[in-house]
Amino acid sequence: MRDKNAETMQKYHNDFLREVEANVEEGDWVHMCMQCGVCAGSCPLGDAWEHSPQKIFMMIRAGKREEVLTSDSMWMCTSCYNCIVRCPRELPITHIMHGLANYAHRLGIAPKMNPTRRFAKLFWNNIVKTGRVNELKLSISLYFMDGFTNGVKTSLEMTGMGLGMLKTGRLDAMGLLRSHGIKDKSGLHKALKKAREIEDARKGLS
Amino acid sequence: MAKEYSFYPGCSSERRASASNYMVSVESMCDTLDIKLNEIPDWNCCGASIGYAEGGELPRHVMNARNMALSEEASPGQDIIATCAACWLGTKETSERLRGSDALMADTNEALKEAGLQVKADQEVRHMVEALIEDLGYDELAKPVTKPLEGIKIAGYVGCQTNRPFGIVGESFENPKYLDKLVETVGAEPVEAYDQKVTCCGGALAFSEPDKSQVLIKKIIESAYDHGAEMIVTPCPVCQLNVEVYQGMINKKYNTKFNIPVMYYSQLMAVAYGSSAKEAGLNGNVVRSKKLEEIAAK
Repeated sequence: MRDKNAETMQKYHNDFLREVEANVEEGDWVHMCMQCGVCAGSCPLGDAWEHSPQKIFMMIRAGKREEVLTSDSMWMCTSCYNCIVRCPRELPITHIMHGLANYAHRLGIAPKMNPTRRFAKLFWNNIVKTGRVNELKLSISLYFMDGFTNGVKTSLEMTGMGLGMLKTGRLDAMGLLRSHGIKDKSGLHKALKKAREIEDARKGLS
Repeated sequence: MAKEYSFYPGCSSERRASASNYMVSVESMCDTLDIKLNEIPDWNCCGASIGYAEGGELPRHVMNARNMALSEEASPGQDIIATCAACWLGTKETSERLRGSDALMADTNEALKEAGLQVKADQEVRHMVEALIEDLGYDELAKPVTKPLEGIKIAGYVGCQTNRPFGIVGESFENPKYLDKLVETVGAEPVEAYDQKVTCCGGALAFSEPDKSQVLIKKIIESAYDHGAEMIVTPCPVCQLNVEVYQGMINKKYNTKFNIPVMYYSQLMAVAYGSSAKEAGLNGNVVRSKKLEEIAAK
């Protein structure tokens, strides 16, 4: 198998800032960070980040490529957009964090077992399949992500909640069987395939 | 005259989905207010706040652009209204990016051509709350109230994605007041000093990082109780779900006794406008509101 990560590293001669500017969503904003730390203090899961966004921006400029891309920090983003609206330099921080997470994931060096990375992958595959979320299938695949035994354990913990949702008509008991989603699935699939091809070519990921 | 919009309901609004009761109450509310919603034909998921990780940039925008293209064909010239915060944010973000970049517009249309579609991004993308406040206004929204929700103290939990990064015109990111004003409009009493009104509920991370998210949810509920609220109101399906359905698990873990109803603004309005409990989707709440059910039955 080709090693996309090694290829990319070589291409940018260890100039990680330039690599981020070229390949990461909104990455050309990184050099604008003035290191004030407002983002770090505004994050609802701030305590859970090994490196705050402020630190990540500095690490990118210092060329700490591996530390940034293998970190689970960006995967703590809840998409609350607090950092975006407070940043005095108006950096689209949330999107840069998403972009870094996506880039690391696509290079195959994001933390394998991070639950948000794994959930996000399940989620995307779930919505793309039929064009719309199938909430029952999504929950089951999440609970059984760590194998059958853990899945049964998590499902039991979640039973109360699931029954509440069923009773109030907010979960489809037949969600595994009922046909679901949009009519033009094939059109959507073709458009998404094309989009991925274009993006991968632009970002050196193809 | 009826106001007419192109409508993007989103996945959680579907029958037997997690916000189906939101949709029921929106339909009742719009009936009363003479608002006509033209559903975008064959709409798809917006990618939500977590689609970025596997979906990346262009595929995510193509998901939203497909809905926009279908809307432009079916309801040209109308604003697109979304009831879900994530649907609104995702679609509006794509619309702004497309308008701001010819290169992205070209790439997006190249991909959409595969589905026989083309996008112009010439429709405004707005949240239902914006349409209510800006196109009708609080006075107009108060007119159909026949059963004011008198004596109910309600904490307006705005959350994140109807508030940031775009927000509602005229409101601040740190202390938005539109939910308090809507609460007053339906005759109830807002908790103005609700300090957790814009705290994140964890969003999609309530699934993947439940312990960390439940710490946030606990703060949101505790503050509502501390300020004497007997229910919480929100404009977002994910906020509603997270703040309502984890109360039992939080009670077990922290020995708390949370049992507070979490309603949609549209449910309050539907009840105040004289809809039945069923029409207001009250039977869709896991934590039921006896008070609202009593008023609806009057």
